[in-house]
Amino acid sequence: MSRDEMRACQSRRLVDMVERIYHNVPFYRNKMQEIGLHPEDIKDINDLKRLPFTTKQDLRDNYPFGLFAVPQSEIVRVHASSGTTGKPTVVGYSRKDLGTWSEVVARCMVSAGAHKHDVIHIAYGYGLFTGGLGLHYGSEKIGATVIPVSGGNTKRQLQIMRDFGSTVLACTPSYSLFLAEAMEDDGFVRDNYKLRVGIFGAEPWTENMRREIEERWKIKAIDIFGLSEVIGPGVSCECEYQDGLHVEEDHFVPEIIDPVTLEILPEGAKGELVFTTITKEGLPLLRYRTRDLTTLNYAPCKCGRTLVRMSKCAGRSDDMLIIRGVNLFPSQIESVLLDMSETHPHYLLIVDRVNNLDTLELQVEVDQLFFQDRISELQRLSKKIQHNLESTLGLAINVKLVEPKTIERSEGKAKRVIDKRKY
Amino acid sequence: MKWRISMTIKQISVFLENKSGRLAEVLDTLGGENIKINALTIADTSDFGILRLIVNNFQKAVDALKVKGFTVNITEVIAVSTPNQAGSFAKVLRTLSNETISIEYMYAFKAENSAIIILRPDSIDLALNVLKKHKFSLLSTDDLQNL
Repeated sequence: MSRDEMRACQSRRLVDMVERIYHNVPFYRNKMQEIGLHPEDIKDINDLKRLPFTTKQDLRDNYPFGLFAVPQSEIVRVHASSGTTGKPTVVGYSRKDLGTWSEVVARCMVSAGAHKHDVIHIAYGYGLFTGGLGLHYGSEKIGATVIPVSGGNTKRQLQIMRDFGSTVLACTPSYSLFLAEAMEDDGFVRDNYKLRVGIFGAEPWTENMRREIEERWKIKAIDIFGLSEVIGPGVSCECEYQDGLHVEEDHFVPEIIDPVTLEILPEGAKGELVFTTITKEGLPLLRYRTRDLTTLNYAPCKCGRTLVRMSKCAGRSDDMLIIRGVNLFPSQIESVLLDMSETHPHYLLIVDRVNNLDTLELQVEVDQLFFQDRISELQRLSKKIQHNLESTLGLAINVKLVEPKTIERSEGKAKRVIDKRKY
Repeated sequence: MKWRISMTIKQISVFLENKSGRLAEVLDTLGGENIKINALTIADTSDFGILRLIVNNFQKAVDALKVKGFTVNITEVIAVSTPNQAGSFAKVLRTLSNETISIEYMYAFKAENSAIIILRPDSIDLALNVLKKHKFSLLSTDDLQNL
């Protein structure tokens, strides 16, 4: 498809989308009215820049279903990811949206080199997280044999991969390395596996990590990108040339902006990735700020696809961490500590990667007022912090009590996180 | 309550991270204020420890440690003087356990003609009554100082 044809398609869909959200989502109607914009003002894709942005905060303010553009009876699925203050970010899909999602994931699977004769092993978590079910329906759509293993239980994963002859592995890149290590430790032999392709996403990873995965598993490691607000996995994916991720731009129109001035940056410049979901019905979003930093490349790819390519994400314009595929904002930890009467929010989070799995250690200061002479009381306190964090964030965090004032105080933005991981 | 104060001992507890040099810093601080230590023990876990001290001037010690930024807590404990012979510690503990009093922790040291046990029972009032009833010799802070 030529750029002109793509832009015509995007124009048509954008005009339709703006019309829908103006009439069905009070939040967007108000936003447009504030800047004196009418749906008729949006005539083609060039008018995208006139539309207002959407942020994660907007989703939080309208928690849980406030931004849905169809009646709840039309919503057939809901997913959620962790938000910044304990409230999850909720996304809803109409039946058509689920069809779109399967379609874009199916395209990703094909561009990664998968086909109907493959056995696709999906080791992403199934549930509210979009990873598992997203990959699942796209893989079924291409007619492959799908194994919905979900996350965890590494030994069983390896056994099933070997015995069922899995040819495609879908999980986080760090988990694929963890699996490779477990295979070697358990004396399993690589030759007993039929794996040939890995489709990895849900966390940032580098070219070095790709090389390591490809060497250890002797497979092709393909990067897939997505975020639940836009649809889930399947927003973009690499092809066999591994030279940028093809964005499914007939559904999700990308822009790159300067995160400070919000100006659109010229092609090739690095900035914050923004998406407008021009076909979604359940939760259509105008210019959603992903906070991921990347670049766009409109040149056609060697594979023949004309879809715009985004480079591998290189960091974020906020302080979000991705731990074992789960989003974590330091402010979430702060609010857990503030909710407890025995702690002050003086903490330091140390993120590391041991045997290819992310580890978290939280240092919390023991306050003079709560210091007890009993060891058991201190251990009870650290267990309680650990439990509250785990139940709120869904992440196991090792809590270490430290002396007061050992965590650096700073004016302005405190140093709350030390990330020792080398991607 | 008057006698209770005279018959219990004020113990200082200091929260310490497992970091080399931290204990020396506590002891330097006390030494610098000319505070003498009568007894000392450390309870440790993998991440942190609690240093427990009995000193000759606890208020001065607490103030000095707080100025240096240490986390300090004051706990009442009981000091029992026992004859310097086999089985005397056991007698104290047996007496308390017969009254279903539990010991959270204890430490002991040998003086010239006696052996001293420092006890932290779950109920300090009950423990004091029982020990007095059985005519054990309880020490005050001054008694410890003059050993």
